[in-house]
Amino acid sequence: MNLTLKIWRQANANVKGKMETYPIENVSPDMSFLEMMDVLNEGLISKGIDPVAFDHDCREGICGMCSMYINGEAHGPDRLVTTCQLHMRKFKDGETITIEPFRANAFPVIKDLAVDRSAFDRIQHAGGFVSVNTSGNTQDANAIPIDKHDADKAFDAATCIGCGACVASCKNASAMLFVSAKVSQYALLPQGKVEATDRVLNMVKQMDEEGFGNCTNTGACEVECPKGISLENIARMNREYLGASLKG
Amino acid sequence: MSSTISSSLARKYAMAISGLFLVVFLFQHFTINLTSVISETLFNQLSHFMGNNPLIQFILQPILIFGVIFHFVMGFVLEIKNRQSRSVKYASNNGAANSTWMSRNMILSGAVVLSFLGLHFYDFWIPEMNYKYVEVLPLNPDRYFEETIHKFESPIRVSLYVISFVFLALHLMHGFASSFQSLGANNKYTRAIKGATTAFAVGIPAGFIFIALFHHLTAF
Amino acid sequence: MATLDAKIPKGPLAEKWTNHKSHINLVSPANKRLIDVIVVGTGLAGASASATLAELGYNVKSFCFQDSPRRAHSIAAQGGINAAKNYQGDGDSTYRLFYDTIKGGDYRSREANVHRLAEVSTNIIDQCVAQGVPFARDYGGLLDNRSFGGVLVSRTFYAKGQTGQQLLLGAYSAMNRQIGRGKIKMYNRHEMMDLVVVDGKARGIITRNLVNGKIERHGAHAVVIASGGYGNVFFLSTNAMGSNVSAGWKIHKKGAHFANPCFTQIHPTCIPVSGDHQSKLTLMSESLRNDGRIWVPKKIEDVKAIREGQLKPTDIAEEDRDYYLERRYPAFGNLVPRDVASRAAKERCDAGFGVNKTGEAVYLDFAAAIIRYGKEQAHVKGLDENDASLVKKLGQEVVRSKYGNLFQMYDKIVDQNPYETPMMIYPAVHYTMGGVWVDYNLMTSIPGCYAIGEANFSDHGANRLGASALMQGLADGYFVLPYTIGDYLADDIRTGPINTDSPEFDAAENAVKSQIEAFITNKGKNSVDYYHKKLGKIMWNKCGMSRNEQGLREAMAEIKALREDFYKNVNVPGQANEFNEQLAKAGRVADFLELGELFAKDALERTESCGGHFREESQTPEGEAMRDDDNFTFVSAWEYKGEPADAVLRKEDLAYEEIEVKTRSYK
Repeated sequence: MNLTLKIWRQANANVKGKMETYPIENVSPDMSFLEMMDVLNEGLISKGIDPVAFDHDCREGICGMCSMYINGEAHGPDRLVTTCQLHMRKFKDGETITIEPFRANAFPVIKDLAVDRSAFDRIQHAGGFVSVNTSGNTQDANAIPIDKHDADKAFDAATCIGCGACVASCKNASAMLFVSAKVSQYALLPQGKVEATDRVLNMVKQMDEEGFGNCTNTGACEVECPKGISLENIARMNREYLGASLKG
Repeated sequence: MSSTISSSLARKYAMAISGLFLVVFLFQHFTINLTSVISETLFNQLSHFMGNNPLIQFILQPILIFGVIFHFVMGFVLEIKNRQSRSVKYASNNGAANSTWMSRNMILSGAVVLSFLGLHFYDFWIPEMNYKYVEVLPLNPDRYFEETIHKFESPIRVSLYVISFVFLALHLMHGFASSFQSLGANNKYTRAIKGATTAFAVGIPAGFIFIALFHHLTAF
Repeated sequence: MATLDAKIPKGPLAEKWTNHKSHINLVSPANKRLIDVIVVGTGLAGASASATLAELGYNVKSFCFQDSPRRAHSIAAQGGINAAKNYQGDGDSTYRLFYDTIKGGDYRSREANVHRLAEVSTNIIDQCVAQGVPFARDYGGLLDNRSFGGVLVSRTFYAKGQTGQQLLLGAYSAMNRQIGRGKIKMYNRHEMMDLVVVDGKARGIITRNLVNGKIERHGAHAVVIASGGYGNVFFLSTNAMGSNVSAGWKIHKKGAHFANPCFTQIHPTCIPVSGDHQSKLTLMSESLRNDGRIWVPKKIEDVKAIREGQLKPTDIAEEDRDYYLERRYPAFGNLVPRDVASRAAKERCDAGFGVNKTGEAVYLDFAAAIIRYGKEQAHVKGLDENDASLVKKLGQEVVRSKYGNLFQMYDKIVDQNPYETPMMIYPAVHYTMGGVWVDYNLMTSIPGCYAIGEANFSDHGANRLGASALMQGLADGYFVLPYTIGDYLADDIRTGPINTDSPEFDAAENAVKSQIEAFITNKGKNSVDYYHKKLGKIMWNKCGMSRNEQGLREAMAEIKALREDFYKNVNVPGQANEFNEQLAKAGRVADFLELGELFAKDALERTESCGGHFREESQTPEGEAMRDDDNFTFVSAWEYKGEPADAVLRKEDLAYEEIEVKTRSYK
């Protein structure tokens, strides 16, 4: 396959960026999108051009490090995949592909396609945990039976990989899906219920301080989420927050 | 608590609650309008009641006006804030791939409905206020039907009316169901809610359009 | 030459850890506040250690090269975590877990460490559940288990095919709580460039900020290395792109012995290589072998027809299939340990029975499981058990609920639907049992420098059983290191903050800066990946699933030559003071180019076969691995002497008191 790539280039956070066009030839349909980017970079290096910076690590869709807004969608046109799992067979020979970083003021660009998602970490610091120390003396794991349906739902929420596709796809750059996934996981489990009130208030407060937009229920996040995290979680967070606010 | 009130989620609840309130009003308005097709007398009776009952005039009407203003001011504030959370825009953005046109363009459909409200106030509410409270003309329980029919004579006005209600339908198609999600209702009834709200969102504006066309076509 | 002292406590095996904990020195809560600990790496071991140390009251500084601690590669572990809970009532016990792990490791691991691991395994599950880790549960609401290779009980706890993710997010959440409290200072996108040793003790590290290239000094009273394994020395592996040996290798160069580098696990069930562009290999969890049957065609003409696309695997009749694991190892069947399964696949493919174009793939078939589950479901639901399409549908649903994400992953990568046609799999480099040598307290040969998790060598001997890496990482981080480190730090309560303006810090920082400068100004003709790929080829061909003397000697010479060429001709674009992935990669590949040679040297010296290390010269007439217990019952710990080829062997003799050393058999 031969392709034309339009890629956002920006040297660092303090300068302006712009789109650059690079042709690429002999792309195998079996390549992953990132392997195609590797080939592009090898070519750029040999021509003395600075290679395109992008985040990536596990390349099997679980670490959440890879990002990229490809042809107007987070992680590209395929569903339930991260960019590293997107294969070139999803594109047509001769196609022009636009590649941009995840954009949100809360995700400033570090370089080219790499962005700073530490806002997500700070939201987790505010309450994304159960306050239990490592002692080896917690009660037996089977002491509290948990309804399988609740456990499964908690698991589904917990599969969020923190990639930020929800923020990138949301027209408001809202982080509700991300935050609600963590709030939901703990709200559904007895271990997490103890601190549920403070957790949801603190996490939402931090989310607002980070400069994410507000949720208008477009549902784009759910569609683009590589892990299929459901909008149900946002509704659950809305309930939790309402309850917590009334409780004070 | 103060931070809770100004939080993103509190704003979301506020939009949802004010929106639902307006939906209720819309339904009430529609019911009365519909009587204009059925019975001139009934329409006049109901209109007279609504226009002169002190509870409605001095308690519910201000609440309604506040609700309308609140909903659109908050809508604009949120829109501006949301736009500010992404100052560098995408060169290529395929919103249609993951969301409906309605959900992405609430501000547009809302603005059209708002400008229609301007026209509507100019047509009905300002003359009404003028009649009752400025010039303090004598009570006339039979004037409403005639006044209403009169407004549907102009084809331009009726066209504007129709277009506005199409946008209202688009606005409601996302907004009505969305307010349930905002208030935390997402469960096994969600599909049913989605269906019912969509039916309402299409049906009620279609009804308004029907009434307008009915009077427009039967006026001559 | 004296054997290395592992400082194993005296007393009966089962009481060693309890007694040891009761007798080691402690640091009082008031004094812990005065002590700084650096933890490099935030995988299961690093994150759990950071969190626990902070809970205890130490000031912790944690470092990871990723943009968030949650991205560490533990996140990708799929199958599960072992614990001797005996919830299934199938006769499991601490002793049995201990025994299985020693046997699985082919009698090359340290008894005392493994027993301790088995003891704390149950605490891990309790701790994780308390943290809100959503393990799989049955309809009664209790925890579910599954079975893994090399054992005869069901002791593996799991969360679909994402157990590592859930455990890591649990440890990350514990870290977040401490970061929020200010007890952990987190440094994301920072790479450890060197260890600083002052007066013979580890006193800090030099780091590079990967965003702006700034070189920074960090002092601490102890340094914990939790940087994972070095499988990426093979270029293609199941590791993440950024996984590297650098932290472990830097401390090796400062005096920490590096143990058993040749003990590498080649995982039997990975998606085969599809072409030269490939950047990594994807694992298909071992848990799939619970329900998948591995086979190749019996007839070579069927193999040919399949390769040419004339036959589909589903066309091959049952009697024409060779379920070679079930044939060779009837007792364990498809659930033999990883080393055995990998070699058996290689044996079939070498004999010409590989089923894809490259001849390097075997089938992993779920058809039988789908029918079995389907019939079960039909029976439960009172439906027709003889309706083939209904049974298939019901069976597929069960399989989806168990392995859905893995099947989806396979489909996305290979573009084939594994519910309908068997998966193709082939072994790939997965885990490194070898690593930095540590004593019973997990301290390396440098006082004050510790190594935990995959970065150390301690618990898995020559082969690791499935679902035990997560167990070891969390055991080290939650339950072992935080206590043993106190024994050392008790002497440091009066030291005060570490001064980073010392000549030792100056020297370390200058060395780091000059290496970076050399890379940037080299302006050679080949990219960093060019060298990494070449190194990987040498490693896979000559130090891979089977090794021989000649190949290993060649590998040593070739790697040395490649390393010299690398320093002459590598091209690192960009600048030192910016986000520069190529520069970061160059540093990592430089270390791999040294480790690779030591790896080959270690494999060369160990003329026996054991676990993941198969020496062609040492096999039974049936082609099974043959250990040489008389001459090799020891840990090979290598002391750095400059060139990898000059490394000096320090042995730690392995004494088996509880367990009778036997020939490992899974037949």
